[in-house]
Amino acid sequence: MEAASLNEVALQEPSLEVDRTDRRVELLLGALASTILLLIAGMIIFVLVKALPSFTHNGLAWFGAGGSVDEQLMDIFNSPAEPDQYVYHLRAWPLLYATALITGVAVFISVVFSVLAGIFIVEFAPVRLRKVIEPVVKLLAAVPSVIYGLIGILVVVPFVAHHLISEGRKESVAYVIQLDGTSILVGIFILTVMICPIMIAIIVDALRSVPDKWVEGAAALGVNRWRAMRTVSLRAIRPAIVAALVLATARALGEAIMLSMVAGSVGFAPNPLDGLTFFLEPARPLASTIVDNSEGLSVAPFGQTMYAFAAILLVSSAFLSFAGWAARKSFSRYTLGAR
Amino acid sequence: MSIEVRTAAPGPRPPQPDPTDPRPRPQPGQARHSGWSISDRVGLAAAWACGIALCVAAASIVGFMAWKGVQYLQLEMLTSSPEASMDQSKSGGFLDPLVGTLLLTVIGIAIAIPVGVGIAVWLTEYGRPAGLARLVESGVEVVAGTPSIVLAIFGLLVFQQTFMGIFSFTAEGGSVFGRSFLTAGSMMALIALPLVIGSTREALNSIPRHVREASYALGKDKASTIRRVLLPSARSGIATGATLGMGRICGDTAIVVVLLGASMQTTPESGPLGLLRGTGSTLTSYVYNNSPSGEGNAPEKAYAAAFVLLMIVLLLNFAVGLIGKRNKPQWN
Repeated sequence: MEAASLNEVALQEPSLEVDRTDRRVELLLGALASTILLLIAGMIIFVLVKALPSFTHNGLAWFGAGGSVDEQLMDIFNSPAEPDQYVYHLRAWPLLYATALITGVAVFISVVFSVLAGIFIVEFAPVRLRKVIEPVVKLLAAVPSVIYGLIGILVVVPFVAHHLISEGRKESVAYVIQLDGTSILVGIFILTVMICPIMIAIIVDALRSVPDKWVEGAAALGVNRWRAMRTVSLRAIRPAIVAALVLATARALGEAIMLSMVAGSVGFAPNPLDGLTFFLEPARPLASTIVDNSEGLSVAPFGQTMYAFAAILLVSSAFLSFAGWAARKSFSRYTLGAR
Repeated sequence: MSIEVRTAAPGPRPPQPDPTDPRPRPQPGQARHSGWSISDRVGLAAAWACGIALCVAAASIVGFMAWKGVQYLQLEMLTSSPEASMDQSKSGGFLDPLVGTLLLTVIGIAIAIPVGVGIAVWLTEYGRPAGLARLVESGVEVVAGTPSIVLAIFGLLVFQQTFMGIFSFTAEGGSVFGRSFLTAGSMMALIALPLVIGSTREALNSIPRHVREASYALGKDKASTIRRVLLPSARSGIATGATLGMGRICGDTAIVVVLLGASMQTTPESGPLGLLRGTGSTLTSYVYNNSPSGEGNAPEKAYAAAFVLLMIVLLLNFAVGLIGKRNKPQWN
């Protein structure tokens, strides 16, 4: 209130000319800020319009299973040049399933691990270790995913191929899929290693910002350090945990290069009925599919199919940020201010 | 679990200590330990286990990359261009990707800083109408959450329009290629934008109101207050955001693969700004192409390039820490 009145005094006092520049600056900056909305609207419209033929030709069956998705993509790529003979037949279930499976499992493991590791760093770690591990976590959060992919394909994949996959296991599924070490197991593992530092960095910052008085109050009531962390600090930082969750899920959902390197790049839906072999079967999420096929974008029906994948990713990530915003909003009444 | 704990804690009153009891009294240390229930101990053990696992993982990743880098990195790799060869000893170095990374980062951040700072200033200092400000805020969040591969093929869609031909090269038939340093850089700017906006806003919000009031009292209007007072004070915040953004740009692969063409050598177009309109590669795409999943399959080169990339990221990270510590204006 005070600032507003002072503000008005300041605006009335100088000449009209100054007032007008001020107004112009506001309009200019406002227009700049609004372009970001235009950009998002443009992105959604452009991508959806481009993706439409793929959806309309398949209907809801687009999301279903049926046949080999890689063969279907090949047929689309090789479809005749006449627009009325374009092939669009696609059952994208294996790709959707792979995206949901790899992202979901990796994010779930990461949340549990990151919260525990964050508590360890803030409350229990020896001071010397803490001083080293915090910058290292920040560094790991910034390491490009392609480096994780490189380590994955040159170290983890050969290890899995030589030590975890026996000949018998290879033969047991040889008639459907080849096991060569690139698998959802490695994909989930590397993805977890990749997103954990991102979440830990946010959670540690948030735990630091919990007022000491709150934790001390809990301690004064006689609870131990662990329970003070669990009942006071963790509840206070729920918005930050949601923020970390959203950020990490967005990263995992959009991770293309690393997963195309280590998860097998085969449009295959791993079958949970195969027992432990399930984890050793390859898969390929949506984002990797787009990157792997980026050369073919100029083939009209094939490009439209790729934009359909992009549309799914775009819609789910937009939905994700909205869900995160809603979740933080519902917590913010009881906790530290939502960021 | 917690119900059991609750009933146990207040419980029936413990018998009063008998002063004639010869048994030793519980020491204060023991008393504190008796408050740790099984679930607390399990939780504590889990926290320790995760913490130690984190330390081991971090140490092994950093140590492994450092070892591989020292093993395979040679100085001439930094000064020679990549050549097409199946033999790893003849396939050259990665000068072009290194220059490509720097060039792309500069283009991306040069677009992201002015736009990001402008949006952040509008959001914190003006923000009217409030509804629009909230929309822009969530818009920034949506951009931050959009996968870079989606941004990449959206960029391709935009820059392949005929009137965007000046940004890349136009083929004989009039179809626009859409892939160049400029197009990739402008999409990279979108990756860095949320980080620049975020830390600029944080810096502007941390400037107390009385500083603005002092400026108004001296007869400055809002625009010149922003230019002369607020932005200089927010400089370290802007620098932090820009550095974080540069880290993200350096590390992105999807946009490079789709929008930069990821050609082995930098291939400029003719005419002014030919380099910027041409295609090229970056360290990330070089690592990807030389890994077993790419065409090159030269793991030694890939390790060496990954090490250089890691050093760049480390440097940027270090810079963020340094900027955060120094240049921070103190308001009293």
